[in-house]
Order: sequence, then C-alpha cells, then structure tokens
Amino acid sequence: MINVFWAFVKKEWYHIIRDKRTLLILFGMPVAQVLLFGYAISTEFKGAEIDVLDYAQDESSVQLIHHLQSSGHFTLHNILTSEQEMEKGFKEGTTKLVAVIPRDFDKELFNGQPITLQLITDGSDPNNANTLVQYATTMLNDFQREQLSMRSTPFQIRVESRMLYNPQLVSAYTFIPGTIALILLIVCAMLTSLTIAKEKELGTMEILLVSPLPPLVIILGKVTPYAVLAFIDAVLILLLGYFVFKVPVLGSVALLLFCCLLYVLVGLSLGTLISTRSSSQQQAMMSSLMGLMMPSLILSGFIFPLSSMPGILQLIGQIIPATYFIEILKGIMLRGVGLQFVYLEILVLLGMVMVLLAFAWKNFNVRLQ
Amino acid sequence: MNTSTVIQVENLTKRFGNFTAVDTISFEVKKGEIFGFLGANGAGKTTAIKMLIGLSKPTDGMGKVAGFDIAKEPEQIKKNIGYMSQKFSLYNDLTVKQNIRFFGGIYGLSKEKIRQKTHTILTELDLESVAKKPVAELPLGWKQRLAFAISMVHEPEIVFLDEPTGGVDPNVRRQFWETIYYVAGQGRTVFVTTHYMDEAEYCDRVSIMVDGKIEALDTPNTLKKQFNATSMDEVFLKLAR
Repeated sequence: MINVFWAFVKKEWYHIIRDKRTLLILFGMPVAQVLLFGYAISTEFKGAEIDVLDYAQDESSVQLIHHLQSSGHFTLHNILTSEQEMEKGFKEGTTKLVAVIPRDFDKELFNGQPITLQLITDGSDPNNANTLVQYATTMLNDFQREQLSMRSTPFQIRVESRMLYNPQLVSAYTFIPGTIALILLIVCAMLTSLTIAKEKELGTMEILLVSPLPPLVIILGKVTPYAVLAFIDAVLILLLGYFVFKVPVLGSVALLLFCCLLYVLVGLSLGTLISTRSSSQQQAMMSSLMGLMMPSLILSGFIFPLSSMPGILQLIGQIIPATYFIEILKGIMLRGVGLQFVYLEILVLLGMVMVLLAFAWKNFNVRLQ
Repeated sequence: MNTSTVIQVENLTKRFGNFTAVDTISFEVKKGEIFGFLGANGAGKTTAIKMLIGLSKPTDGMGKVAGFDIAKEPEQIKKNIGYMSQKFSLYNDLTVKQNIRFFGGIYGLSKEKIRQKTHTILTELDLESVAKKPVAELPLGWKQRLAFAISMVHEPEIVFLDEPTGGVDPNVRRQFWETIYYVAGQGRTVFVTTHYMDEAEYCDRVSIMVDGKIEALDTPNTLKKQFNATSMDEVFLKLAR
C-alpha cells in the first residue's frame, strides 16, 4: 500500500511542478505578500506635513513649533495667520494636521492654568488622523514636561511608557504571523480543494474511485504534497521575517513548528470539506475565497483589532482558526511564551480539526453512495 | 452460476427518492463476449454501470461481477475490472509514460511489471516517439486508445467502456473497435455503452434500455428480425417510440 501511496504523491508532484500558476501561488505569493506588507502597508509615518495657526506668536509658541518638528515625524508646511486659511491646506492635500496655538499660550503655560490647544485633522482618512493626533499629543505632553521641569514645579507626574515585545512598534511584528496564517490557509485549504475539484471536473476522480485505492489513500495522497509545501512556505516566511525585517522567534522553534503542523491540519481538513461540497474548480475557488480568505484577513485580528468590532463580528472572529493561530504565533515568536500560555488556543485548533474531519469524512462517504 | 458467466444481474434496481433510475433489470454476460449496453441519454445506462463497478450501491436486487457480489464486495470487483469513462480520463499535464506508470502504480503492479507494461503499450500503440510528451498534445483518437490500454494495465477479466468513442471520426472509431475485438479475442469480456447504432452491430449481443428497463436483449441479427428492421438504428427507434 505504501508503494501505491508514493505513486500517487509522485503524480501529484508532477501536477504541481508543471503548473506555473500553482508554483506562483506557492512561492511567489508569500514573498510578495511579506514584502508588500513590510514596505507598503505600514502604520508608521515620517514627515507628515502640518500647518500651525499661531495666535500667540511668542517665544514659547515658536519653541513648541520647533519641538513638533524635532522628531522628524512632522514637517511644517505653513504658518497660518487666520482661521479662514485652515481649510485650504486640507483641500489641496498639502496638510494633514493643523495645530491651533491659543493667544495666551505662554502665560497659561507658566501659570499652571489649563491650556486649550486645538488639533484639527482630516477625518476623511480616519486611521491616519488618529495616528497623527496620538503622535502630536505625545509630543505636546513632552513639551509641557520639559518646560515645566525647567522651572522645577514640585508636583508632576512623569509618564514613561515602554512598548514591551515590540519596542519600536514595527509593523512587521504583526504581519509576519498574520501572513503565515493566511498563506498556510491558502496553500492547505484553497490549493487542496482546487486540486480535488479539478479531478472531479476532469472525470479522473471517477477513475480513481473505480481503482482499488481506498478513498482515504486518495485524499491522503492528494493532500500530503501540499502539507509539505505549506510547511516549506511557513519556514520561508519566518526566514524572510527574520532576515529582512528582524522579526525574532523568542520562544521554542519546535513548539512553533508543531503549531504550524496543527494549523496545516486544520487547513487540509477545511480544503477537503470544501472539495467534497464543490464539483468544479470555480466553485471551490469561490468557497475558499469568500468563506476562508476574507474572514481570515479581516476578522482574525490580523489587520483590524477584534476587540473594536461589533459583537456579531467578534463572534465570527472566534470561530476562525486563523484568530487562534495568530495568537499562538505572536505568543511564541514575540513574547517567547511556552506551552502553558498557548495550550488553550492549541486545544481549540485540535477541536476544530476533529469536527472538520468528521464532517469531511461524512460528506465524502455520502457522495460515494 | 455458470463458470463462463462473468456478469450476472438479477432484478437490479436503483431508486433516488421517488425516481427509479434502474428498474429491476436482469441479464448475464459470458466470458469473452462483447456486450453492447444501449439506451438513450437518461435511460439509466450510467447508473447501471456505476452499480456494476462498485461506485454506487443498488437499492434492490443482486448482481455479481467476476464472481463477487456488487453490494458486499465492491473492493474485490475493483481489482478485477477495468473502466474507461465517457469523459477523457487521463492526466493531460502528465506525459504518456507518467500516465501509464501512475495507473500501473495505483493498481499495485510491481516495478518490473510496470516497466514491461509501459514498453508493451508504447510499442503496441506505436507511441514511442511521443512517450515523453504531455498527453494533452496527442490527437483525440490516440488519447482514447491510450486511455483504453491504460484501463487494462492490470489485465482485468472484464473491461467497462462508457461511450469510449464519443467525439472521434468514423475512421478512428473503426480502429478503436479493432482493438476491442483484439481484447475480446484474448478472452476478456468487454461491456460497452454507445449511442452510435452502427457500433451496436459490432457487438456479440446488445441490450436496449428504455426508462430504466431493459426492453430488448439478443444478438443484433435476432433483434433486427424480431423488430422487422434492416438496421439496429431502426430497432432502436421502434423501441424508443
């Protein structure tokens, strides 16, 4: 039986190396996605152009304007003189943020009175606006502290923040785990469901079923090469992350690979389930794209935080395997945690494998009747 | 059961819900016979074949293929039959040689046997020059003869051909039938469905299915006399009406 199995795997291998599209998905996509997420999609920014409406025009306000530019995150585009000029910058797209410094800025700063400093941003790009306001607020607080400490006020709170596990807030730290989750799903679920659906579409599946091959060997023979390739992909992405974006693996590599294996199993059972349900490649493709890729991209916490979503979406997020896998990856890679901190997620994935396999097996047998 | 009977079917029935696709059919096929299984599209031919080759379980009745029960021993049957479906069923992206080797492999032939079989098929079909070409590049007629040869790579007693000559020109069909005669001459049984009535004339015996039932079963000549017709085409038209 083992020879029969190898004959099958060998045939599957020929299919893969002869099909440029599959090869592209297997090796082009992970590389492209990592580089794209790494260089193009980044929440960090540099040199955002700002305008300042300076009513005070005194020593302190000039210092503040210098301070804002000191970090390199902001560049001063214009100093405005009246409110009427504010909108022009937004409309022309030359400015992303306007800081309005009040007339009595200097006096209020040194008298310890509450200061109202207005920040106006372009809300048509909310994510960006939020980030800009956060940066600006931090810088304003810094400025206040500097000024006040020069005059040694006795009571003050110094806030020192440190971002643990990702001190520089590098976005690569979040997209490497996310990309692994997504690529493994594409390779395991989408490619396997496509290849099984292809056999059905071409009629070769019928021939395989008439042969003495047990159905289990057919399925195993079809998915094994993809499981191996998925593994290679996972390692490829980890290496890319490590060497190009300096994303570390602080925890146990063995545990990490074990979790990848578990997730590969989830993907394969999903792929088999989809393929038992679809009779054409197109159908399999649509099911995997709409049913797996989109939710995994949007609702897994990969790009958007799950906690800020409406309840129903959070609920859907909870049944997506990628959600748990990304948690596990972040834990092991970035926080360096061991099994005792990720065992719950591992159990959830194990449960998913069981349920999905049971469904796939049932469906497969029903189809044979 | 007579030793020379290789397919024996009694009151075989398949129902899907209220619809009876195959309605209590009975027949026997002898060793070395070319048995034509005729019927219009939707008459139940494919459903009947699927039950015989172990892909579908009968609702009622019994059947034996190569001495094994179709309901209880489909795995044994699968080892003893060859099957060529109406859809072209080789791997287009694999070469001629890889296809032969793959199917030899899944039927559990030894390496030596596979090597030998590959050689025989390539020489007999005169395909040596294209052995390393993807099957997709062969003309349809060649592909079908290759598919037929491959369906018998494990030298089965019985071979089921489901509309093997669909879509090829008469010349190639004649060649194909020569191969069928050659195979039957080796003592193998050929169970073939077709909707070309001229091909029905080449069979030793034919059965004609209408709406799930076998309405006629005999040699082409007897049937023509029975229905007072000059060709099988006419017999078929009289029955289907």
